[in-house]
Amino acid sequence: MKKPEIAVIGGGPAGLSAAIAASELGARVTLIDRNSRLGGQLVKQTHMFFGSEKQYASIRGIDIAAILEETMNNYDVEVMLDATVLGYYQEDGVITIEQNDKYIKLKPQRTIVATGASEKVLAFPNNDLPGIYGAGAVQTLMNQYGVIPGNDVLMVGAGNIGLIVSYQLRQAGVNVKAIIDAAPRIGGYLVHASKVRRLGIPIYTSTTVKEAVGDQTLEKVVLWKLDESWNPIEGTEWEVDVDVMCISVGLSPLAELLWQAGCEMKYIPELGGHVPLRDELTLETTVKGLYVAGDVAGVEEASSAMVEGRLAGLSAAKSLGYDKDGIYEALKKDCLKQLNDLRSGPVGEKIRQGLKKLAG
Amino acid sequence: MLEKTGVATQKDLEKVMPSKERLKKGPVAVIECFQRIPCNPCYTSCKVGAIKELVEDINDIPELDEDKCIGCGLCVSKCPGLAIFIVDETYSKDEAKIMLPYEFLPLPEEGQIVDALNREGKVVGKARVLQVKNGKYEDKTPVISIAVPKRLSMEVRNIRLGD
Amino acid sequence: MRIQQHPILTFKRGRQVEFTFEGKKMKGYEGEPIAAALHANGIKILRYSPNLHRPRGFYCAIGNCSSCLMTVNGEPNVRVCIEKLKEGMEIIRQKGKGDLSEKA
Repeated sequence: MKKPEIAVIGGGPAGLSAAIAASELGARVTLIDRNSRLGGQLVKQTHMFFGSEKQYASIRGIDIAAILEETMNNYDVEVMLDATVLGYYQEDGVITIEQNDKYIKLKPQRTIVATGASEKVLAFPNNDLPGIYGAGAVQTLMNQYGVIPGNDVLMVGAGNIGLIVSYQLRQAGVNVKAIIDAAPRIGGYLVHASKVRRLGIPIYTSTTVKEAVGDQTLEKVVLWKLDESWNPIEGTEWEVDVDVMCISVGLSPLAELLWQAGCEMKYIPELGGHVPLRDELTLETTVKGLYVAGDVAGVEEASSAMVEGRLAGLSAAKSLGYDKDGIYEALKKDCLKQLNDLRSGPVGEKIRQGLKKLAG
Repeated sequence: MLEKTGVATQKDLEKVMPSKERLKKGPVAVIECFQRIPCNPCYTSCKVGAIKELVEDINDIPELDEDKCIGCGLCVSKCPGLAIFIVDETYSKDEAKIMLPYEFLPLPEEGQIVDALNREGKVVGKARVLQVKNGKYEDKTPVISIAVPKRLSMEVRNIRLGD
Repeated sequence: MRIQQHPILTFKRGRQVEFTFEGKKMKGYEGEPIAAALHANGIKILRYSPNLHRPRGFYCAIGNCSSCLMTVNGEPNVRVCIEKLKEGMEIIRQKGKGDLSEKA
């Protein structure tokens, strides 16, 4: 059985950053990803990122994935692709992996879980009709594989993903009939909202789906308005003829491995669901030697996922005694400052509240 | 209001509108960024130091020094929110020039007459395409210069090509 | 429906290959997810649910949600949103839970 110093599970923005940071300090890293290529969900993000230069602001997600991978290739990281981690065994820290129909065991000294998140679903009659997709799923189909989902789209959710995917649907030549959100205000960045409004796409707040209609696939959606207490108002129904509905109502952490590892978990709605307790300064969970970073630790932006990845990578390497020229403290401090900057504004309020609840 | 509709109100715009005196002097940036978000490429892309450095807090709303701004448009393709426009009311007697980001295909051609759209995507008139910048610097966020009737200089924020 | 031109992206597609869906010949690109190839051919219904026999498509596209399980070359419960298309694959809509003994 191989015994790498650090295993990183998940090769998205957090995992790649963790692998790079741990390697910078001199640790030997094995990076495991279930996909055929690295980058996680960055590989379908065609828009420019926010943040500062340190988080690759103004560069498109697809290009950030390439930059991170290139940076990682400067180090001797062992990369396992098409490799799905099946389990983490808390008795001895062994992780089991399926790769090319083979069953592989690893016993790393430290493990960083950066498995990301998955799209939530929304409950309404006929929500299982073909033609109803996660918004991120449509982004994958369209931006990664160059296939469009249909002709006319209703976007459910005016958070950043809903707004961005609507814009990207238009870039791919697909008609977006409307964006709706149950909340009374637009949840995503207002600059993204203004971008789609300039294209002539309407945004209806305090609006939700009453039901989807279709014989075998989606044909139309019945919408209705919500009152101030989020209760539907009878008589306000209207119909939109669409063959595609995208659901963008948030993500929930892919935390199965953390549960299995025995991490102490807490339900924090602001962070997307059940998330692990962790040391804020190192991102180590309640299971010694097991670290977390990115959306699995609490759903946030890719920019903060990259910084968390760095922090977890540095911490894990440092705990193994790696601290090249004593730079760990300064690098850690820089990560903490970046995270604070990204979260300190009004759009970071939810995250701040969530983290406070988690710590408290 | 902006938070419900995604469209800036007159009140929002008053905060970022260049002064009348400044508009008389030539091209200037109009930064339609009204929400505190963690972001600073407008500052880092400005070569003349016209956008105040966000020293204290990267979430601060960008602040433009309209006397320093030369309306070069280098920030237009670097703003991740595509929220910066260059307005030149000195372009000609009747027309203003607007530079805007446009990430769609097909791109317009110089001289082409296109629909001029407002912040709600409604057609408010015609625009004449003056220039299409789509080089390495723009990096797939082409910057289109258009001429519109002067009265529309603060209205037009997008274009649509005819079929 | 495939995107022919895109303002940001260029698509590197694999070799064109033939496969069958419910016995009907179709074309796709080697290495793309089966679900993408089917979508490009206008196929949105991928299976029927076990109890109520309701049509299902794909939902997450990244192998998380199990909405897209199909029978591929006789093997049931294949997540076609991540399974790569290969020349000559026989793909059929899965009805119900799928019987592992079918794979003889």
